[in-house]
Amino acid sequence: MSGYQISKSGFPKEYGLYDPQNEHENCGFGFIANIQNQPKHEIVHQALEIVHNLDHRGAVGSDPLAGDGAGILIQIPDEFFRNELSNSNFTLPQLGQYGVGMVFLPSDQRRAKLAINSIETAIKNEKQELITWRDVPVDPSVLGETVKDNAPTIKQFFVQMGNNISSENEFLRKLYVIRKQSLHLLPQDDDWDDFYIVSLSTRTIIFKGMVLAPNLSKFYLDFQNPKFKTAIALFHQRFSTNTFPSWRLAQPFRYLCHNGEINTVKGNSNWMNARRYSMKSDLLKDDLDKLWPIIEKSPSDSATFDNALELLVMAGYSLPHAMMLMIPEAWKDNELMDPKRRSFYEYYSALMEPWDGPAAMAFTDGKQIAATLDRNGLRPARYIVTDDDLVIMSSEVGVLQNIPENKILKKWRLQPGKMLLVDLEENRIISDEELKNSLVNANCYQDWIEDSKISIKSFSLETNNQIPESKLLLDLQQAHGYNKEDLKFFLEPMIIDGQDPIGSMGRDIPLAALSDKNRLLYDYFFQTFAQVTNPPIDPIREELVMSLMTFVGPRPNLLDPKSGSKQKLLELEHPILTNIDIEKIRSIEKFTSGNLKSHTLNICYNKVENPKVKIESFLEEICNEAEELIKNNKCNIIIISDRKLDKYNIAIPALLATSSLHHFLIKKGLRTKVGLVVETGEARRVHDLCLLAGYGAEAINPYLSFYTLSNIIQNSDNELSEVEAYKKYIKAVTKGMLKVMSKMGISTYQSYSGAQIFDAVGLSSELVDKHFCGTSSKVEGIGIDQIQKETENRHELAFGNSPLLQNDLDVGGDLSFRIRGEEHVWTPETIGTLQHAVRSANYSTFKKYSKKINDHSIKLKNLRGLFKFSSKSPSIDIDEVEPVSEIVKRFATGAMSLGSISTEAHTTLAIAMNRLGGRSNTGEGGEEPSRFSPMPNGDSMNSRIKQVASGRFGVTTEYLSNATDIQIKMAQGAKPGEGGQLPGGKVDDFIAKIRHSTPGVGLISPPPHHDIYSIEDLAQLIHDLKNVNPEARVSVKLVSEVGVGTVAAGVSKAYADHVTISGNDGGTGASPITSLLNAGGPWETGLAETHQTLVMNGLRDRIAVQVDGGLRTGRDVVIGAILGADEFGFATAALISEGCIMMRKCHLNTCPVGVATQDPELRKNFTGQPDHVVNFFVFIANEVREIMAELGVRNFNDLIGRREFLDFQGAKSHWKAHGLDLNKLIVQLETDQNQDFFNSKTQNHGLEKALDNVLIKKSHLAIYEQKKVTIKSKIINTNRTVGAMLSGVIAKKYGHNGLPNNTINVNFEGNAGQSFGAWLSRGVSFNLEGDANDYVGKGLSGGKISVYPHSQSLIKPEENIIAGNTLLYGAISGECYLSGVVGERFAVRNSGATAVVEGCGDHGCEYMTGGVVVVLGKTGRNFAAGMSGGIAYILDEENVFESHCNKAMVDLEKLTKIEAKTKHTEKEINSDLLDFDVSRLKLIINKHLKNTKSQKAKLVLDNWDTYLPLFIKITPLEFRRALNEKKKKLNDEIIPSRIAGE
Amino acid sequence: MGKITGFMELDRIERDYEAVEDRIKHFREFLIPLDPKEVSQQGARCMDCGIPYCHQGCPVNNLIPDWNDLVYNNRWKDALDILHSTNNFPEFTGRICPAPCEASCTLNITDNPVAIKTIECSIVDKGWEEGWIKPQISDEKTNKKIAVIGSGPSGLSCAQQLARVGHSVVVFEKNERIGGLLRIGIPDFKMEKNLIDRRMAQMEKEGVEFRVNSHVGVNVTFEDLNRNFDAIAFCGGSEKPRDLPVDGRDLKGIHFAMEFLSQQNDRVSGKNVEPSIEILAKNKNVLVIGGGDTGSDCVGTSNRQGAKSVIQLELLDQPPVREDKALTWPNWPMKLRTSTSHEEGCERNWSVLTKSFEGDNGNISKVNCVKVEWLKDENGKMQMSEIKGSNFSFQVDLVLLAMGFVHPIHEGLIQKIGVDLTNNGNIKANDSEYKTSVDKFFAAGDSRRGQSLVVWAIKEGRQCARSIDEYLMGKSELPR
Repeated sequence: MSGYQISKSGFPKEYGLYDPQNEHENCGFGFIANIQNQPKHEIVHQALEIVHNLDHRGAVGSDPLAGDGAGILIQIPDEFFRNELSNSNFTLPQLGQYGVGMVFLPSDQRRAKLAINSIETAIKNEKQELITWRDVPVDPSVLGETVKDNAPTIKQFFVQMGNNISSENEFLRKLYVIRKQSLHLLPQDDDWDDFYIVSLSTRTIIFKGMVLAPNLSKFYLDFQNPKFKTAIALFHQRFSTNTFPSWRLAQPFRYLCHNGEINTVKGNSNWMNARRYSMKSDLLKDDLDKLWPIIEKSPSDSATFDNALELLVMAGYSLPHAMMLMIPEAWKDNELMDPKRRSFYEYYSALMEPWDGPAAMAFTDGKQIAATLDRNGLRPARYIVTDDDLVIMSSEVGVLQNIPENKILKKWRLQPGKMLLVDLEENRIISDEELKNSLVNANCYQDWIEDSKISIKSFSLETNNQIPESKLLLDLQQAHGYNKEDLKFFLEPMIIDGQDPIGSMGRDIPLAALSDKNRLLYDYFFQTFAQVTNPPIDPIREELVMSLMTFVGPRPNLLDPKSGSKQKLLELEHPILTNIDIEKIRSIEKFTSGNLKSHTLNICYNKVENPKVKIESFLEEICNEAEELIKNNKCNIIIISDRKLDKYNIAIPALLATSSLHHFLIKKGLRTKVGLVVETGEARRVHDLCLLAGYGAEAINPYLSFYTLSNIIQNSDNELSEVEAYKKYIKAVTKGMLKVMSKMGISTYQSYSGAQIFDAVGLSSELVDKHFCGTSSKVEGIGIDQIQKETENRHELAFGNSPLLQNDLDVGGDLSFRIRGEEHVWTPETIGTLQHAVRSANYSTFKKYSKKINDHSIKLKNLRGLFKFSSKSPSIDIDEVEPVSEIVKRFATGAMSLGSISTEAHTTLAIAMNRLGGRSNTGEGGEEPSRFSPMPNGDSMNSRIKQVASGRFGVTTEYLSNATDIQIKMAQGAKPGEGGQLPGGKVDDFIAKIRHSTPGVGLISPPPHHDIYSIEDLAQLIHDLKNVNPEARVSVKLVSEVGVGTVAAGVSKAYADHVTISGNDGGTGASPITSLLNAGGPWETGLAETHQTLVMNGLRDRIAVQVDGGLRTGRDVVIGAILGADEFGFATAALISEGCIMMRKCHLNTCPVGVATQDPELRKNFTGQPDHVVNFFVFIANEVREIMAELGVRNFNDLIGRREFLDFQGAKSHWKAHGLDLNKLIVQLETDQNQDFFNSKTQNHGLEKALDNVLIKKSHLAIYEQKKVTIKSKIINTNRTVGAMLSGVIAKKYGHNGLPNNTINVNFEGNAGQSFGAWLSRGVSFNLEGDANDYVGKGLSGGKISVYPHSQSLIKPEENIIAGNTLLYGAISGECYLSGVVGERFAVRNSGATAVVEGCGDHGCEYMTGGVVVVLGKTGRNFAAGMSGGIAYILDEENVFESHCNKAMVDLEKLTKIEAKTKHTEKEINSDLLDFDVSRLKLIINKHLKNTKSQKAKLVLDNWDTYLPLFIKITPLEFRRALNEKKKKLNDEIIPSRIAGE
Repeated sequence: MGKITGFMELDRIERDYEAVEDRIKHFREFLIPLDPKEVSQQGARCMDCGIPYCHQGCPVNNLIPDWNDLVYNNRWKDALDILHSTNNFPEFTGRICPAPCEASCTLNITDNPVAIKTIECSIVDKGWEEGWIKPQISDEKTNKKIAVIGSGPSGLSCAQQLARVGHSVVVFEKNERIGGLLRIGIPDFKMEKNLIDRRMAQMEKEGVEFRVNSHVGVNVTFEDLNRNFDAIAFCGGSEKPRDLPVDGRDLKGIHFAMEFLSQQNDRVSGKNVEPSIEILAKNKNVLVIGGGDTGSDCVGTSNRQGAKSVIQLELLDQPPVREDKALTWPNWPMKLRTSTSHEEGCERNWSVLTKSFEGDNGNISKVNCVKVEWLKDENGKMQMSEIKGSNFSFQVDLVLLAMGFVHPIHEGLIQKIGVDLTNNGNIKANDSEYKTSVDKFFAAGDSRRGQSLVVWAIKEGRQCARSIDEYLMGKSELPR
């Protein structure tokens, strides 16, 4: 068996780089409820049928029967239990007076007995009565093999309400105590992961397990009993990234089921613990203490959330109220929200920070059943209401097929931040509005806020900002580690541009732990980011959900909603304090009449007085001092300060002090009694500030930054005033912080604070466990002594006599190579040698290069340098090793778009890789179709890898069908979690053409893929792409971070054929330097974790693993292989081979060697040849073979994942690096005989089930003879991606032009599954009678889609939903007519399709760059955010549109009527989007009417003169300017030629 | 960084020279400084490369992009500070350095490098002019004494660095003037000697003591040094010239270049040269053997003395006029270099081997040569062979041997103390510690690395100083 241990719950314990903490899950979920609260047997089965129909949202691992878990939560089937128990002579009291516990017991008899005993003891202790135990009948034969082993024994127990209890609610609270206590009563020397009380309630019960959804009812035999009834069911089908069978993690949990991910869960759990001693409850009284720890040990964010929710409910909050606290709407700055509701949210924001992240949750206490969506609305949730009182809410529509359309009264969706509530006692649906109004008006929150919140602006303090004289300033800067680059690349640009500065190319400096420099503690941390399992946010275009608001001061009692009115709180707009602000806080006592009191805690120690001082013990003193202060009510705000730093006083790194104190206070349960503010000279960059925030700071005063800025403006010609400079700096860093938060999908600073969204690289676990508790640190590293040494070295240099530092800062050299600066791998020498080698085809010169680079590795520039090869086999002759021609096939060049590098550089790489049989990558942004055909000399410029990035630029059906690999870029090494922007100036005719956009108009790539908010969404996109081009491998590109392995496992389960793990060293054309240097992890750890996790899950051999990010030599390749890679990507080294000299000027368009520029003059300087690139790869392969021969390995596959070829040798003599330990990267893995350690199998994509197989067959005449065909077909929600495979066939044959319009007509009836009509080619028309789910018309490439309600349906189309979210994403051209309302992000990044809809959700037309959209109804908020091209017409009947529109980039205007008099041809109309509005609008609405028979369209057309004035046209400003310029240019050209002609 | 698009908009401009006919009439510098405004514009051409190749190309790793930018922004004083942080004597290198930095400048890929040397020189000249350059006197004294042997560029930079961290430094110079080859070898028309005097004055204020006419191993004993000093830095240069042992070598009128050049420098400095040993080119047919910088200096000096004709011979093949950038950049390329002295009149011949000299009354009158060709042997090494029948001869009156220097002079000190030598005859020490096999005895500059550029000498002197400081104090804050 394997080297890792499986815990009793089914998870392997932490082993190698695998850590169960990193598991993620997403899913299909929902509820069904009978409004009349009539228990029915069929509801159970309907729920299960829905789960079955959401099958594609769940996942199957290596064991086809195992699944990731499914379950339902129902009302207690009283009749059934009464009957069952009476059979064994037990009588149940009346419903409500007994509780039922559902228990997973250890399969081991002895342990099970102990568990049962503890439950019984707990019941007794709480003075309740056990009625009896019941064995739950199950059929284990439906379980998968991997699950059977640790399947629990499942029992139920029944408890009768004791005499000491007077109400059901009180009894429920006792049951809660019993559940908690039964865990505490167990022997604590063992782990009890295999014992789990699934539910214990008087109202609800949960049946769940590690079974496939359809098997759930076969597993639990009770389900077959007709007496088994409920009026409600919550259901859930889990898709987890891992496949370790864990019964307890199946959902629902006790109150809820969740589709999504709580990004801030680490912080939220910490904050829950922190409240221990500030919480009191009138209801729970002394029982509260018995409940700790509130948060159960669990790797699931949803379970953690459930624990917290449960406490709130038990303490008296109603379920919806508690939900509003935990997942608040975006209220800050929301002018559209009722002020009372805003006050409600503001009030409670002081009690609890949001649990932030994508979430669709369904929840119930048995009396109410409800669902809510997070503020971003990042999960689909559709519901219907029928005329027989059924409410069905689920991820998709059409999940219950036997509901006739004419019985449906309402079809709608959950909207961002909104709640749907079915009250089973009042027997009605309570609207979001009514529900929230009643809660909001329950107390006078506005008054309470006025009483408690104070603003710093209200204090007036006479103090001046005294800048230290320049010598002292320099010493302070040096002591805090400032160097010239801090000024040159960060502070100076910040006050000019007001934003976090941009750089380019990758990081090639050593990790902090490997560096000889005295690195700041901040450098040991890397930001983590969202990939796949949750989306990053666009903090600019979706600003409305972001907030930096923070509170400073003690927090009110969470369990007493009124307590917030009594406690004063300092509310800040953002966490950055100026030097005046901090003084105000220091004197806050006098401004708040003593209600708030601050104390400044000095973190500087005197080395002269106490030469042997250890910062460890000094920190302890600081913490103890803080504890005393708090306990004695001496203060409720602590200012952690290094102001005392001087020649003799050395400052402990502020981050260390902050995190230590934060964690100390959490452990003591005192954290919420005090606010933490950090006053430090050390923090200056965005990354520094984020770290302080992430480890607990509520506000930060980076005083030395302000001094430095003052000094900068004093010494320059810059006319900026000090105040303006400060403002710009604050703007820059706060914007930067928002970006860092949004990378992880976190929208509020309150949740970010303390959330610890970082990985440590190079810190010892001893240090991390003590001072940064909960942070991942996989490779060990320095301890607190080395931190002290680095700090003291810096201090000594600052105040010492170093001649170089007398008058000047250190050079730095992180970003550009400098003498005495940080070491770089790419140097004039290595670049020069490599270029000389490849240009002269001289292998011995290449060897000089590779020796130099490998020496760099060994000289501790990267982690792989710490390994050495080892082999037990004898060396072999090199001729026996696999030939170069085979090895080079494993090589690819990196994704670099035609916008970022020149055509010359791009095509040179493509030709070279095609000559070799390797692969080049288009990068984001398309490719000219002419490159798809071979060149006359036999070469080919066709990039075999076609990238699909979030902007979807140029992703046509034709593009996809010409790929060998299709790569979904989830993240990029240099800037994971971020989008990009190509300014209008760079969009020339060529770029615009291949991106299907307008020259001169800027293009935005959003941070997330708007069709991937979760793992099941990714599975859907993989399925979509595979349908378009079944021959191509679909690849997913991820970036290394702790946990990437589990994401990769999920990717493998989502049927990706290929996964790329990118290291943080990867390059970029442009990225904020903050990301470039501080985000993502090294590839070595990410790759090793990926390989280990895949092997442990039995998923390794069905997927190819590629690694990239700073590969440079054959040694790198072999180490990559041994750590688990099949394939290898090279970007920077390949670019250097064709002439790149690492200018790091890509973002400025001034590349002097013509590589990364579009400037025609500079492009002439490009001298690269395909042969140079070919030589490079042949050399690399040669070197690989040399090493293989040395190791005695003939076939490359025999290297992959074989840890026995590597030894960790460490850096024993290095003063810092000696602590590093990479043994976790090379742990022994064993696998069953059937699994290879390399990619040897293919994925089963299930394409044979696609409806398209039928469509293609029936379209034979159309495809081959271009004859018209008409097809009729039923469609259901499991028919996904209909049309894509058909379109792929057409595009392969006819390219982007497709077939003549309407050649293939398909009439569907039913509920279409996701991605209906995706990448539909020209010539195909889809008509759907019914409705559709998400992603209709994704990538539409000329086809036509019409969707309209079923002819039997009684609903009013314009008031009901017809299709889901994210429609027409990246559509290139074509038409789409939707008779009804659609969800969020309609026509997002539309390039050219024409679309009509009768209402849409939030973020309509987001990032749109072309096309025409008509909305005959209401839109949601943030319409036209990031819209740079195309136009839209909105029918604004209620005159509210303007407030719903994001006007940052667009102009609104009414339509003029004049031109309607004359008739225009369609061609004329299409020729100019700035003109012919009335004709165009009428024409399009007419088409809508014709295609959908829309009543609304008819009404508008019949009353044209009435409706026309109600339309508003939206035109992006840049688009208008570009079109006008084009017109002018055309006129200028025409006029002279006319003159010449005359 | 200068100006983002500066390199695309502005042309390279360098300092100009006085016209040939004017400048050959005197021995003064003939460079015409560029207007500071122009220099500032030239700074704008710097691209502030992510990898500044100039920075590695420059032996002292001058922080070129940094001061280019400062000059562009008219922050001359800051530029001067940064320049001095890597280079003790930029006014020397700003005049006589062949500027490998410019060869490795990114813009040199298209033959258009930033005028780095001009900018460097302007910064430091302005610094002197404005009085910004002041002695940097150490606050604290270490009470350690160090002897520096030799006052060439490496000795001077070593001494200055050591003095600045508080050591007592004595420089021993065997000649009667300080400066080594800077003073005696480099013609004034390339660098006027008051520049050295100015630096000496600064160094004296910083605490450096200069002792001239003190030839260690001759009139100063090593034992004395060893007794009185905590460390000794040998910066004696590589003074042993390469000879040409062919028939007729002992004829009168055949001299080593340095004899010839140093006499002229003496003359310019006002010192009389004894007529019996005087070497003058006036009205003579001069032959310079050796195509390097020293040879070029001989050409310039000969013309100024009024030579009838000047011919320069080089054994190696004529290098290409333009190097193959693809295979050389950013390295220092072999290419045809035409110096200002060459422009002043000289016939240059390549691939010529001098076979013998013939004389008339014991005086040189004729030289016999043969053309050679260079081919790669089977090991890829270049081998020379004479071309049959290509012999030729011509009349000469003065022959100057400028074929480089082989190693430091062994006779005297080096032999006496028995310090280990390399195979090439240089003093053995590595370039991080500069420690020799003899205790307390360090070596830097040409005596350690072999003949090289002034800028390398400065670099070695600085690094050696750091190593000595570390050796004496246990640690050092002097820059590497």
